[in-house]
Amino acid sequence: MSRHVVIVGAGPAGLGAAAGALRAGADVTLVDASEQPGGQYHRMLPDAFAAADPGRLHHGWQGFERLRDHVLRHPRCDWWPESTVWSIERHDEGTPAVHVLRGEADAAGRERRVLQPDALVLAPGAHDRVLPFPGWELPGVYTAGAAQALAKGERLVVGDPVLIAGSGPFLLPVAASLIEAGATVLEVLEANPAATVARGWARRPWELASQAGKAGELAEYAGLLARHRVPYRTGRAVIEARGDGRVEEAVTARLRPDWSVVPGTERTVPVDALCVTHGFSPQLELPVAAGCALARTPGGAFTEVDTDQCTTAPGVYAAGEITGIGGAPAARTEGLLAGWIAGGGDPGAREAGALRRRRDQARAFAARLAAAHPIGAAWPGWLRDETVVCRCEETTYGSLCRAAGDEASGSARAVKLGTRAGLGPCQARVCGPTAAELLSGKVPGANPHHRPIAQPIRLGELASPPTENTPDPDQKESAR
Amino acid sequence: MTRIVVLGAGMVGAACARELALAGFAVTVVDRSGPAAGTTAHGEGNVLVSDKGPGPELELAKLSRELWPAILDGDPNADAAEWDPKGGIVVATTAEGAGALTEFAEGQRKAGVTAEEMDVAALAAAEPHLTRDVAKAVRYPEDAQVQPTGAATALLAAAVRAGAELRTGCEALGAVRRGGRITGVRTSAGTIEGDAVVNAAGPWSGEVAKRLGVRLDVRPRRGEVLVTAPMPPTVFHKVYDADYVGAVGSAAEDLQASAVVEATRGGTILLGSSRRRVGFDDRLRPEVLSVIAAKALRLFPMLAGVPVIRAYGGFRPFVPDHLPVIGADPGLDGLWHATGHEGAGIGLSAGTAAVLRDLMLGREPAIDADPFRADRPAVQSEGENL
Ligand SMILES: Cc1cc2nc3c(=O)[nH]c(=O)nc-3n(C[C@H](O)[C@H](O)[C@H](O)COP(=O)(O)OP(=O)(O)OC[C@H]3O[C@@H](n4cnc5c(N)ncnc54)[C@H](O)[C@@H]3O)c2cc1C
Ligand SMILES: Cc1cc2nc3c(=O)[nH]c(=O)nc-3n(C[C@H](O)[C@H](O)[C@H](O)COP(=O)(O)OP(=O)(O)OC[C@H]3O[C@@H](n4cnc5c(N)ncnc54)[C@H](O)[C@@H]3O)c2cc1C
Repeated sequence: MSRHVVIVGAGPAGLGAAAGALRAGADVTLVDASEQPGGQYHRMLPDAFAAADPGRLHHGWQGFERLRDHVLRHPRCDWWPESTVWSIERHDEGTPAVHVLRGEADAAGRERRVLQPDALVLAPGAHDRVLPFPGWELPGVYTAGAAQALAKGERLVVGDPVLIAGSGPFLLPVAASLIEAGATVLEVLEANPAATVARGWARRPWELASQAGKAGELAEYAGLLARHRVPYRTGRAVIEARGDGRVEEAVTARLRPDWSVVPGTERTVPVDALCVTHGFSPQLELPVAAGCALARTPGGAFTEVDTDQCTTAPGVYAAGEITGIGGAPAARTEGLLAGWIAGGGDPGAREAGALRRRRDQARAFAARLAAAHPIGAAWPGWLRDETVVCRCEETTYGSLCRAAGDEASGSARAVKLGTRAGLGPCQARVCGPTAAELLSGKVPGANPHHRPIAQPIRLGELASPPTENTPDPDQKESAR
Repeated sequence: MTRIVVLGAGMVGAACARELALAGFAVTVVDRSGPAAGTTAHGEGNVLVSDKGPGPELELAKLSRELWPAILDGDPNADAAEWDPKGGIVVATTAEGAGALTEFAEGQRKAGVTAEEMDVAALAAAEPHLTRDVAKAVRYPEDAQVQPTGAATALLAAAVRAGAELRTGCEALGAVRRGGRITGVRTSAGTIEGDAVVNAAGPWSGEVAKRLGVRLDVRPRRGEVLVTAPMPPTVFHKVYDADYVGAVGSAAEDLQASAVVEATRGGTILLGSSRRRVGFDDRLRPEVLSVIAAKALRLFPMLAGVPVIRAYGGFRPFVPDHLPVIGADPGLDGLWHATGHEGAGIGLSAGTAAVLRDLMLGREPAIDADPFRADRPAVQSEGENL
């Protein structure tokens, strides 16, 4: 019998992994919480502004469609859309079991399933990271990802005019989709100074050459901004949002390279909406639950993988944003390699070598992106005592600092339980990295990614016994 | 001034440090991690008399229940402890359970516990969302709850105000002995001298005892709790299934669970809890969580659609005869134990600290402390210290 590979996440990494594992001859179950395959990449589907440059952007899209169709139509691939992995169960030995809820998220009584694969590929991606600032909890302040998803999916602009701020290369595609959807973008603010951004991008130009597609895309976005006369300013950030019940104006200011505010440079800009992004936080709860070690990098914690995308946990592979933030092509390449190895493919095969080289180039590119868009250590200087740090529980910066400063309550868990930071519905997905950073060095830390219930599960669903699954290629669930 | 080293800054160590510092001892609290980072942060905060039958543990529970309000009264951090004397309701869902509950409550009443029979109307008024499928319900107005880490850190802060020193990130490695006495503790941060040492290391106190060169059979017993998304007020008391009593009093290794349902100040509902003997294995088992969910739904079927957003678990410090250990070590002069409270260490910490203080001062404790002696066979037996 051939190997059964379960892949969690059907973004570029997961689709790549499915293709790799299928190629190696394995039976694949591809699981994703959304209805559609494609992950973040699908949500940023560039068809809206494909009009701006139908040729190239459309070309990339066709590549994605080919991969998707190849995988989903493959006889050995079982595609489980609307299937959420809520828990991963480690055994004493061997590959962990995957606990899945099948069915529409809002529907009552999703079905509980358990998959026991020979190998598991984790590709759950990342989510938007937003640093807090006074007023960030006001309605009208959006994560860039949310704004973009609305613009693409629903052709809805979050407001008009809109200001886009934060750090990272994804400021540009977000601006582009909002412009395409018809919004007036006032300006795009990159918090890092031009020198840092340029140094990151210009160092080691040969890597740029191998990633020409990616860099070319960025140039195109920049061109679009120029045509619409949208200024792209570096070394400036939104340090406060103000408004009565909804954002009405943004306060922007010049930043030093460490992101401390240059006094006297504040400017007030009337806005209807504000989009912010400070990069991505990898979704590490599944790899942590599977027993994978994490690698600490200057850009934060990621899943540790070896040259074949093997994690430190037996039978578990990782690909895509959970191993580093590098964009869709990097994620896809890692996925192909992870899937090939997980599916029992020969690590010495020529194509595996080629994949490793492409992966390494993509990784180098990702490292450069991270270097060009670091998060300045002085950002907490924007915060005030009453600034909300955890939006679910309305924990303020002041109360967090007081709890951390008090020696009797000074442990990460005591601070968390005492201030409730991270205990609300988002389970610290938004505020977790922020709180960890604000507390680092002040209190002994706990693992902020320890979240054994990875996704909410209703009591009724939990109480009902699960169905065990063994793959049977003739009984594809998705074909029923 | 007599110097006392307290090993462990959990609920029990915090309560002991506070009492001892207030009694005039020079106290140093040592924890290898941070304050309230162990079991205390991984359980629930029930302060119960309802689950204890007549006997020494009930006496300790009654003493603790009396002391808690006094301890928190006027404490600047009392708010963090979230003391809530909301009362508990124990329900039996079967005829068999109803019989056992009737008998159990009768015994408790004789021992001075308030246990009020509830009729259908009173139950429906008290807990409108509870299942109507109840064979018997008893209300225990004395049951209360605290937020364990808040309570522990409040008591630690009180100890510090009374002169205690707190040393975190400092692991106890061994004993310094002179002439058959313990005169200090070797730690990862150097030697800490003391005229007496209190072992309050919770489920690790067996291991700590071993490091200090003595024997103490305290083992971990795993427990898990589910947390729902915040809800409008739905559950108003602490509500337990009557087989809670059965689960506590057993030592079976395999899974047991009994429903304990309570709302927290944050609006979430805590659903506990399981009891398993798995050593220090901290993996959460979906099938265990499933059993907890099923038990809770038997009491509150209307919660079926409510999302569970979190689960956590800890290791109860378990002694085979289900009684805490409070008293002097029989083999090593100057060493004291305050541990082994299993699933009740939060509630029992207040009484434990008062009893320990009196014993260390050579005074008569408020209750008979003999049943908690460290030289009893259950504690000194050749146990596999898991
Ligand atoms: C606003 C924005 C703009 C971007 N612009 C560009 C760009 O211009 N060029 C570029 O190359 N890249 C861009 N990216 C990045 C690109 O989308 C990512 O690099 C890529 O999608 C990462 O692939 P992935 O497979 O690792 O993760 P994802 O694409 O995030 O896929 C992860 C999948 O896993 C699923 N999942 C997660 N957890 C679970 C679970 N518990 N159970 C079941 N399923 C789960 C999710 O539903 C998702 O479908 C952009 C991203 C954003 C947000
Ligand atoms: C699921 C669950 C539910 C529960 N529900 C309740 C309830 O409702 N009501 C109730 O009263 N009780 C409850 N309990 C029990 C209660 O949590 C414990 O009895 C109590 O927390 C024990 O406190 P402790 O201070 O003895 O131990 P801990 O809180 O574990 O403290 C021991 C400390 O010792 C430290 N330590 C260990 N080894 C060393 C060393 N070598 N050197 C230095 N320091 C060391 C640890 O870091 C730790 O901080 C529950 C427990 C669980 C698991």
